[in-house]
Amino acid sequence: MNRIKNTELERLTFWQKIYLPEIVRGMGITLKQVFEPKFTRQYPEEKWTPEGSYRGRPVLVEEEDGERCVACGLCSRVCPALAIEVQAGETDRNKERYPVKFEINMLRCIFCGFCEEVCPEEAIVMSKDYHLVFQSQEDAILGKEKLLVPISKLRDRLEFLRQYK
Amino acid sequence: MPRIFIDGKEIEAAQGQTVIEAAYANGIQITHFCWHPELTISGNCRMCLVEVGMPKRLPDGNYQNDESGNPVISYFPKLQIACATVVSEGMHIRTKTDSVVHAQEAVMEFFLINHPLDCPICDEAGQCKLQEYAYCHSRGESRFEDEKVHAPKMQSWGPTIMFDAERCIKCSRCIRFAQEIAGQDVLTFVNRGDHVKIELFPGKQFDNPYSMNVIDICPVGALTSKDFRFKSRVWDMSFNDSICPGCARGCNIKIGVRNNEILRIEPRSNPGVNKYWMCDYGRLNTYKNVNDNRITSPMIRWKDGLIQCSWDEAVSKAADLMKKYKPDEIMVLGASRATNEGNYILSKFAREILKTDNIDLISDIDDSFGDDFLKVSDKKPNYKGAFEVGIVPGDSGVSMNNLAENMRFKNIKVLYVMTDLLISHRPLLDELDDLELLIVHAQNNTYLTEKADIIFASSTFAEVEGTFVNIDKRVQHFGPALITAENLRHMGMKMSRLDKFGAPNDRWTQHDLRECLPNWKILMLLAEQFGVKWEYKKANDIFREISANIESFKGMTYELLDEYQGIVLGKADTPAPKINKYVSYVMKPN
Repeated sequence: MNRIKNTELERLTFWQKIYLPEIVRGMGITLKQVFEPKFTRQYPEEKWTPEGSYRGRPVLVEEEDGERCVACGLCSRVCPALAIEVQAGETDRNKERYPVKFEINMLRCIFCGFCEEVCPEEAIVMSKDYHLVFQSQEDAILGKEKLLVPISKLRDRLEFLRQYK
Repeated sequence: MPRIFIDGKEIEAAQGQTVIEAAYANGIQITHFCWHPELTISGNCRMCLVEVGMPKRLPDGNYQNDESGNPVISYFPKLQIACATVVSEGMHIRTKTDSVVHAQEAVMEFFLINHPLDCPICDEAGQCKLQEYAYCHSRGESRFEDEKVHAPKMQSWGPTIMFDAERCIKCSRCIRFAQEIAGQDVLTFVNRGDHVKIELFPGKQFDNPYSMNVIDICPVGALTSKDFRFKSRVWDMSFNDSICPGCARGCNIKIGVRNNEILRIEPRSNPGVNKYWMCDYGRLNTYKNVNDNRITSPMIRWKDGLIQCSWDEAVSKAADLMKKYKPDEIMVLGASRATNEGNYILSKFAREILKTDNIDLISDIDDSFGDDFLKVSDKKPNYKGAFEVGIVPGDSGVSMNNLAENMRFKNIKVLYVMTDLLISHRPLLDELDDLELLIVHAQNNTYLTEKADIIFASSTFAEVEGTFVNIDKRVQHFGPALITAENLRHMGMKMSRLDKFGAPNDRWTQHDLRECLPNWKILMLLAEQFGVKWEYKKANDIFREISANIESFKGMTYELLDEYQGIVLGKADTPAPKINKYVSYVMKPN
């Protein structure tokens, strides 16, 4: 009857059991990597620019005549983490309605992109911004002044949405 | 009583009823925009098209039956509008056949051709009939590719209403309301075809005391409230049932709350009280005192100023001071702004603990306020109820008639006022300085609280459970709609999603959590200081005691009051029959 080799020790060959040749082989692999091309990035000195498909910090699109957002509150409703708070107000502009307050709590945000998907005005999009550092809980609540980003900086994402959304 | 069949379901309809009325009376929904149970039939939206058929008769006058013995029904070749088709014996109605569905889709497509689809901006979104039907009864996409007809937006119709002519679907409900209910005939259709629109008569405004009801009956967002405009989305608010405290009519209302703040009040239909309406005064003015200028914790007078203190301090101070006076030197004022439960406990407190007969109630009659529709001159929501549960002067007691002079001659040295402002009783306010001790249950900072020695922060109508008795002696039950420190655990799940799940570091939850208590709880704490321990845990315990002890409340329970939407005093055994209510939109925003 063939007994199944169960223990770690039983599965090893003789050369593996005596250990030293394996160390030499391991050192060989290490030595080989020295001459391979390097993939390590020297972050944060060296920054990575993501593709348009990347879902970073959600931001509001700002056009020449102001924000696109009409404060409909759908992003706030769909947000599974309740990160977004919107307070609408009345304006004389063509669209009647604008966000008096638009706050995203980045401690709550899970970067799911639902807000972008639900937005009827394409006013909130996921940016390429992944470098998020806060020194207090208050800092992590981003208001309109930090959320509004000129449309020129968001071309990649808007183009991606046009193709795949 | 004609028997009709709607989708095979047999219904006993009333003579002269229309198909849609019979359907709604039996809980069957038929799609419609322009029909409203309280308005005349205009039949212009064509959304309620149904198939109508009658049993086929043979030349000899008998009904023709098929093989299995059922009558053969011959349907009209064209669809009929359910809102204007009067029922007749044996009528068959089909609401779900292909031709009906096709007609609904076609009508919806016509409506949506010129509708701007600006739902993200529109306040009605979330409780919009057009949105709801577009979801349930529409093709889902438009085949119309040309430019939509544009019409003026943001038109002011008066002090309370904004009109958006683009969103309007021309159902004419507002025109009919203005003519038939409000009696201010200033609205009309102008132009023809796709350029038809609703306009005010030149130089006129739609500004009557009931104007804002058109906002509720408007099936789309064409009419919006200037007061509420863009304050919140409906799905971010919680809507809890309550009773309007504006006057003794006791209109049933829903309180819209977000961030623990009342944002709007809308009527809740009750066929026995306010039908589907309420006045603009109740809508616009009753909630302001709940949101602003509140007394948020108990206070005691300390060196010419008032300082905030804990409940224990306030009640023990009050009890110590009150014990120094003889029973007939104390006057207790009940409140018709407070619930029956609070007043009942106050009367019990005055008679059993203070042993005083000096107990009365201030009425607030304003003849300029009342009219012949809903508003009544008695501006307190519960005058009859407070009187009924025992806020009446005893045989030898001081009453409102002679209170002012008794105060002037120092016969009354202590005044205990529960939730009343005394504003309607000018002579009393002038005598306040003659008092030695003034204790008030207060909700807002007023002239009275400036003079008070001890202030107990009391909860408003929107924060307590209780009952009011309206002008027709109808006892109506209502519950809280706002969170206070006291009802926090009880109210938690009744609030909107935002209010429910907010954490302390979310800014939207940083509302005031007021340290106020319902009147009966304050009196219970006070009674404990006098050595009497009452075992009431919630308002329902008190109401059970009221219905056991007071003849006119006999047999009433909160469950029964909710079921019948209020029962007239003394009629608990034979309440008025329930009427099936019509609800304008079916899908609930939250």
